[in-house]
Amino acid sequence: MAVTVEQNLPGPGPDQERPIGFGRLKRKEDARFIRGQGNYLDDLRLPGMVYGQVLRSPYAHAKILSLDTTRALAHPGVAAVVTAKDLETLGLAWMPTISYDTQAVLAGDKVRFQGQEIAFVIAVDEYTANDALELIDVEFEPLPAVVNARRALDPGAPLIRDDKIGQRDNLASPTWEAGDKAATDRVFAEADSVAVRDIIYPRCHPAPLETCGMVADFNPKTGQLDIYNGNQAPHAHRTVYAQVAGLPEHYIRIMCQDIGGGFGGKVPVYPGYVCAIAGSIVAGVPVKWIEDRTGNLIADSFARDYIMHSEMCQKNGRITGLRVDVIADHGAFDSTAQPTKFPAGFFHIVCGSYDLQASHVKVKAVYTNKAPGGVAYRCSFRITEAVYLVERMVDALAIDSGIDPVELRMRSFISPGQFPYETTTGWTYDSGDYAKTMNVALEIADYEDLRREQKEKLANGELMGIGVAFFTEGVGAGPRKHMDILGLAMNDGADLRVHPSGKAVVSLSAQTQGQGHETTFAQIVAEELGIPPEDVQVRHGDTDKSPYGLGTYGSRSTPVSGAAVAVVTRKVRDKARLIAATMLETRPEDLSWEKGRWFVKGDPSKGAPITSIAEYAYSGRTMPAGLEGGLDAQVIYDPPNLTYPYGAYISVVDIDPDTGEVKVRRLIAVDDCGVRINPMVVDGQIHGGLAEGLGIALMEVITFDEEGNCLNSSFMDYLIPTALECPDWELGETVTPCPHHPIGAKGVGESPNVGSVPCIANAVIDALYRKHNVRHMDIPCNPARVWAAMQGRPEPPQ
Amino acid sequence: MQVSINVNGEVYNRDIEPRLLLVHFIRETIELHGTHWGCDTSNCGACVVLMDGKPIKSCTTLAVMAEGHEIRTVESLEVDGVLDPIQQGFHEQHALHCGFCTPGMLMTTRALLNENPDPNEHEIRTAISGAICRCTGYKNIVAAVRWAAEHEAIAK
Repeated sequence: MAVTVEQNLPGPGPDQERPIGFGRLKRKEDARFIRGQGNYLDDLRLPGMVYGQVLRSPYAHAKILSLDTTRALAHPGVAAVVTAKDLETLGLAWMPTISYDTQAVLAGDKVRFQGQEIAFVIAVDEYTANDALELIDVEFEPLPAVVNARRALDPGAPLIRDDKIGQRDNLASPTWEAGDKAATDRVFAEADSVAVRDIIYPRCHPAPLETCGMVADFNPKTGQLDIYNGNQAPHAHRTVYAQVAGLPEHYIRIMCQDIGGGFGGKVPVYPGYVCAIAGSIVAGVPVKWIEDRTGNLIADSFARDYIMHSEMCQKNGRITGLRVDVIADHGAFDSTAQPTKFPAGFFHIVCGSYDLQASHVKVKAVYTNKAPGGVAYRCSFRITEAVYLVERMVDALAIDSGIDPVELRMRSFISPGQFPYETTTGWTYDSGDYAKTMNVALEIADYEDLRREQKEKLANGELMGIGVAFFTEGVGAGPRKHMDILGLAMNDGADLRVHPSGKAVVSLSAQTQGQGHETTFAQIVAEELGIPPEDVQVRHGDTDKSPYGLGTYGSRSTPVSGAAVAVVTRKVRDKARLIAATMLETRPEDLSWEKGRWFVKGDPSKGAPITSIAEYAYSGRTMPAGLEGGLDAQVIYDPPNLTYPYGAYISVVDIDPDTGEVKVRRLIAVDDCGVRINPMVVDGQIHGGLAEGLGIALMEVITFDEEGNCLNSSFMDYLIPTALECPDWELGETVTPCPHHPIGAKGVGESPNVGSVPCIANAVIDALYRKHNVRHMDIPCNPARVWAAMQGRPEPPQ
Repeated sequence: MQVSINVNGEVYNRDIEPRLLLVHFIRETIELHGTHWGCDTSNCGACVVLMDGKPIKSCTTLAVMAEGHEIRTVESLEVDGVLDPIQQGFHEQHALHCGFCTPGMLMTTRALLNENPDPNEHEIRTAISGAICRCTGYKNIVAAVRWAAEHEAIAK
């Protein structure tokens, strides 16, 4: 251990660059994490704190005939047992969802999915709380369950939401449409060929390594509610709690400390949170609830579950039209993450990267006896489903028409001269050079050589597949004129204060879950103000100490909060210019900026660095006329449009012909996310998203039996890729700056998940088609399902 | 029941329930929060600590089973203000994002390097295959272990 190592992180290591601004800067936050000194929710201890645990339903659909907590209450160490009846007296039995539906916090009349919350036990420790769960007596009358979304609207299907007045069937939201049906019908009538597929994007789960949880601390004397909770949108959560609990918003403070991953799963408000708050109000002491893994997998935050019928057509070898008809399975309560005006999220970006003549999209949603959710697992609202569909359909059309999948994409791309480009479903893509990015990927992969190798292997009876996907995402929601969540504009704030010593604090409404905000947002300030990033502290996660904004999901941190930070820094820089003019006894317009200082045009030796300007701004010296002292500013950033990152992905898979096991040999990801603030962090984000995408394509799925029992309720059954399943990712890049973003960045966190799932699925089907004439199989491409597809047998259920 | 457990060279005498898991002994009884919990089923590896130098999953080990053995946690890696090369390697190679799996990964890879000071990529991937990282896609963890191996070799 006698090796010389850097002791005082952050700082430069042996071969570390130290950029003032953008560049490969190693992360500030590492210092605590590598020492095991992260501050996660379960590490918190408050005086007098007690522990809550949730009793969950064993049935997917059942009446609750009786609920008796007597034995549990008599158990030593149990402080209270909260049931729906108790919550009713507090007005907390039901809560609003993010999609204007309602959700039972604790089931009173009946349970509607397996794992639904029934009671909340509060005890001196976790073990005692778990013991007491066993002592609650519940009598159920099982009801028939609706598991298959395609059968949810059948006449005679059991009614799930009998709590909703006027609800007579299991329709969760009526058909929503985008595009032009008549124009699409015309394009299809004129087409040379049409590909038709039924495609399921099954349920999967973000499953961050840290589960959900909360410590609620209500002070009955002051009425103050302090909430410690790792969530992705603390300000929005505070507003929701104020509405749900009827507490004054300014007496609620949410503190998010380190979060062990989110991936969309920590956006919603869950019943366990409301129980912890209610528990603290009832018990008068802090209540901690940490979800167990089974609770996380069976009750919270499922993603996807889209059943899609699609048709795509081509004329003269170019894609011309697309039709999509979707049934969305929302589970028992509609808590889909979506902006208000878009009931299917951004699904209508399904026309992809192609210059279509027409398209038409229909989506309707149903209730089933499954957990509520519809979170955006590492994607903007429903964009993963859209990209998966369009990229599977392009490959299907390529197979059916006998065109190479790369060739069909290249012929059909929106060309650089067409931007800004309005899609047939109403999105305005701002910029792009798709063929250029595709060519970089083809070159890294050596695509021609791969096809030659594939041919040789096929002749030897070996199964090798090459998959291609090209995605365009819309991220950074979003412009207030177009979108909001529960009436809250999707804007973000930033406050920047440069202190007299030149050291700065920037406060954000974005909320890191591991993305490295403490480093990258400091780099934005450094780039714009010319002070070292180590002199900039990034504050976030505490609603009392950060500006209002909607948080981190949908790859929106850099597009929205990153823009807010750039703009607020420029405001500070502009103020610094006025002060510098007074200091240098000249006019502001006679000054020029270089990183870190204002100087007199034509006389660079005469200038004022930011540190001197900051010192002056707080000193007793005269400020410019009309200008307040100090050097700070604040903004709320309203993005003029979404940003549109895109990428070309190519994968190579080898399939064992005897077992159906798929091995991803190579995955090439070429992303264009615009300007890269910290390329090291960008690459890291891409690696992580690729692993998740590989998981979804090959392993990760949440399935149910006919009675609605969840079959993937632990990591024994919900399989997540390990280092052995993941290849050595190969990355490339092109940089097309976003024209409307202050620093030209677009957001990247979710691109690799979005792009890699169709890329790997296409590779598997490419291999199976050439040997077994398989023209589609649904993900996950696990051995059982691949083997069945090879035999021409029905694939096991998802 | 009374137990006497050696963690990071310090002996802790405590009165515990026989069913207490080692992860809870470490986190709750002696309040070392660097070791994490993630899954209950031995799959995720967030709870990995070393028992007599071998990585074990403390979420499926009873605390009493640790009696008579030496437990090492992430808190033991830094000595007198000097980071272990594996800690430095994780920082140098950006081998962590959210940091939640990091303590388990650090202990797993520390044990690997103790056994095999010059592991190749496949050996590293095999060694960490009992631990899940949801953020990094593992590529940089492999690079971090190589970084540590190379810097330890130079130091010797």
